[in-house]
Amino acid sequence: MEVIETDVAIVGAGGAGLSAAIAVAERDPNLKIALLSKVYPMRSHTCAAEGGAAGVAKDEDSLDKHFDDTVSGGDWLCDQDAVEWFVERAPKELARIERWGCPWSRDADGKVAVRPFGGMKIERTWYAADKTGFHILHTLFQTSLQFPSIKRYDEYYSTDLIAADGRCQGVMAIEMRSGQLKTFAAKTVIIATGGAGRVFPFTTNGAIKTGDGMAMAYRAGVPLKDMEFVQYHPTGLPGTGILMTEGCRGEGGILVNKDGYRYLQDYGLGPPDPWPRKKAMELGPRDMLSQAFWHEQQKGRTIQSASYGDVVHLDMRHLGQALIDERLPFVRDLARSYLGVDMVTDPVPVRPVVHYTMGGIHMENLVETPLKGLYAAGECACVSINGSNRLGSNSLTECLVFGREAGQRAAEQIGSLGAVNDTLVKERAEASRQALADLHMRPHSGESVSGIRREMHDTMESGAGIYRTADSLAQTCTDMANLRDRFNRVALEDKSAVYNTDLIQALELQSMVEIAETMAHSATKRTESRGSHQRLDFAQRDDEVFLKHSLATYNGQAAPTIDYRDVVITKSQPAARVYGGDV
Amino acid sequence: MGERQITLEVMRYRPETDTEPVFQTYAVPCQEEWVVLDALNYVKDNLDRSLSFRWSCHMAVCGSCAMVVNGTPMLSCKAFLRDLPDTIQVEPLRNFPIERDLVVVLDDFMEKLRSVKPYIVPKEAPATPDGTFRQSTKQLKMFKPFAMCINCLACYSVCPQYGLNEGFAGPAALALAHRYNADSRDVGRKAREDVVASNVGIWECTFVGACSEVCPKDVDPAAAIQQTKIASTVDYFTDLILPGRKVKGGPGKAAGGKA
Repeated sequence: MEVIETDVAIVGAGGAGLSAAIAVAERDPNLKIALLSKVYPMRSHTCAAEGGAAGVAKDEDSLDKHFDDTVSGGDWLCDQDAVEWFVERAPKELARIERWGCPWSRDADGKVAVRPFGGMKIERTWYAADKTGFHILHTLFQTSLQFPSIKRYDEYYSTDLIAADGRCQGVMAIEMRSGQLKTFAAKTVIIATGGAGRVFPFTTNGAIKTGDGMAMAYRAGVPLKDMEFVQYHPTGLPGTGILMTEGCRGEGGILVNKDGYRYLQDYGLGPPDPWPRKKAMELGPRDMLSQAFWHEQQKGRTIQSASYGDVVHLDMRHLGQALIDERLPFVRDLARSYLGVDMVTDPVPVRPVVHYTMGGIHMENLVETPLKGLYAAGECACVSINGSNRLGSNSLTECLVFGREAGQRAAEQIGSLGAVNDTLVKERAEASRQALADLHMRPHSGESVSGIRREMHDTMESGAGIYRTADSLAQTCTDMANLRDRFNRVALEDKSAVYNTDLIQALELQSMVEIAETMAHSATKRTESRGSHQRLDFAQRDDEVFLKHSLATYNGQAAPTIDYRDVVITKSQPAARVYGGDV
Repeated sequence: MGERQITLEVMRYRPETDTEPVFQTYAVPCQEEWVVLDALNYVKDNLDRSLSFRWSCHMAVCGSCAMVVNGTPMLSCKAFLRDLPDTIQVEPLRNFPIERDLVVVLDDFMEKLRSVKPYIVPKEAPATPDGTFRQSTKQLKMFKPFAMCINCLACYSVCPQYGLNEGFAGPAALALAHRYNADSRDVGRKAREDVVASNVGIWECTFVGACSEVCPKDVDPAAAIQQTKIASTVDYFTDLILPGRKVKGGPGKAAGGKA
């Protein structure tokens, strides 16, 4: 088996992975960097982010306000020391990619423009029309091409971390073109593989968002934190789940039910006028807006569409074509193409859609995991700055700020970590090879990747969606245990080596099954409602018991163990979340 | 939602067993609103686990799923069945080696993209308090259309020059070079000319314009190449006229010289 020796192995080449790679290359050009991704960097899902990236820009804004919006948006489950650290660096990182060429939209004076987003006191979302993530990703990727020390391994699917002797010593990966398993013996490893929205059937997340990095860390003994918190974005296109950016509402779009009524005023977000108004109505936080949809649905006030089920209308007609074409051209085209609705002349049907995993790999010190030599950044990591509900437009900035820090931290600590242990690496590599060979050899059983995936989708949606109960979660936990067991019998139908997507999808399904189980069990144990985790049987937030992060630890073929850890509070004591804005 | 029966003829190539590509036909029950990618995924999930193709975002921005549909390269996630007949032929992008089935080898493009130096070469750091350059909306508009390229490579699939001359940098790479040349924050045009204005660069383009016709993002690589040709020609003659400026190569075939 080929062994590739490197100083830093980075798994994932989206916003966070590329930021990390560039940070290492800038810091020390002599360090060897292996940048692995199961796709080419420009295919990474960062490209799908639309509305923008948060960082204080206006004179009347402040770091404290960004902090407050983030912490109250997260329903006080954020670690406040981390949030303080984050908001301070946010504008600097956004300015850095401006200098690298990001085509930010501009004000008349040539300064970078900012727009309001949900749950935000003052506009601070930097945007490049409505393709911000796309431009950030391509800016980072193209910038990375000038650094010869960044050696890319495109279309390498990482299967396992090499964890031995209390330290991460590398990663195993399949070169998809040849089907060969290779050993990356690495002094440090950074995971930057993004979220796991594909655990659910209806999601804005691309096919690649299967949580592979989270699952690798989990199997290596690193806990997954706050996995019960899954964000539903309130405005997805029915059918496809394509995102209508929060920028639609930031620019003044409204949400109405079947009576043409702005129903959000009934859910603590009103009064409706004057509009637009920050931190009110349609500019409330995502969790509350998605929950309001659910209540409207219960009351029979959503619009019944023959093709798409229950929807509400996102109405932007009053914005006019000029503004829509300047600031929202991409989503206008998407709604027109995929739904046949032109937002200039008609309201757009939308419904809540799974968008973001607040939970992720447990971080102990911003970017460091409890496993020495292993770092993580971006959506796969739980720092936690997002708490129980991420503030819109913090995630792109999170990729830049923490991606960079992970790269710097890894580069800094390499010296003290020393060489990897070749014997241990070889031993782990052999175990991975054997596991892969076993999967290839497994006899036909009637269990299929697509069948198990479909059942996982069904049980996650029905039992662990926007609203949850003890009963619904118990059923999902039972279903997931059953599916995990059945996954052990999935056989590959495609036994070939070259670009075998039957194999890759099986490995992705393994990741998703493991992650889905941590979500269901963490949600079962949290008998309170907070942010995106809403229990019909425990409707109130319970700070006495649950002002805590959950930690799910891998137990092999048994269910995960769930432990807790205190939230870090520095200057903002938990309080009621108040929206409605200043009238 | 209406159902519609589609016949999908998919080009298959499995290098371990096939000596050459062959078409395989699948009968696919489709929903009216589906795209070609949905039909392919139906095949993958229900009929044939061995069919390989790339995809991710399903919203026309990641650029993974470009393929040739009934003769024309397009994003399969935006190739609506409502616009297509009941028999749909799907092939991998042309002008690239086939890795397997609908998956092509992208090494050549990745190297060419790197060769045009697609990143800002700054003159000096901005002297503003927030550390950002000022840029007017007009300056932004000069390069923004060329920054919309998603690297789907549909343009390479139809470029006659790329098919004939494997050294040719090609439409997307040249459009991205122009994107940086046209950015008010950049002074890297001279550094890029080694490739852009060389015998693998803009002068190889015969201005057929097929690239711009198939571009799903209206990037118009042909226009980028024409604008670069003009700028490069001006450079050449300025170098001839002004003393102390060195003439490197020539403006290209049109003026009878090549670097």
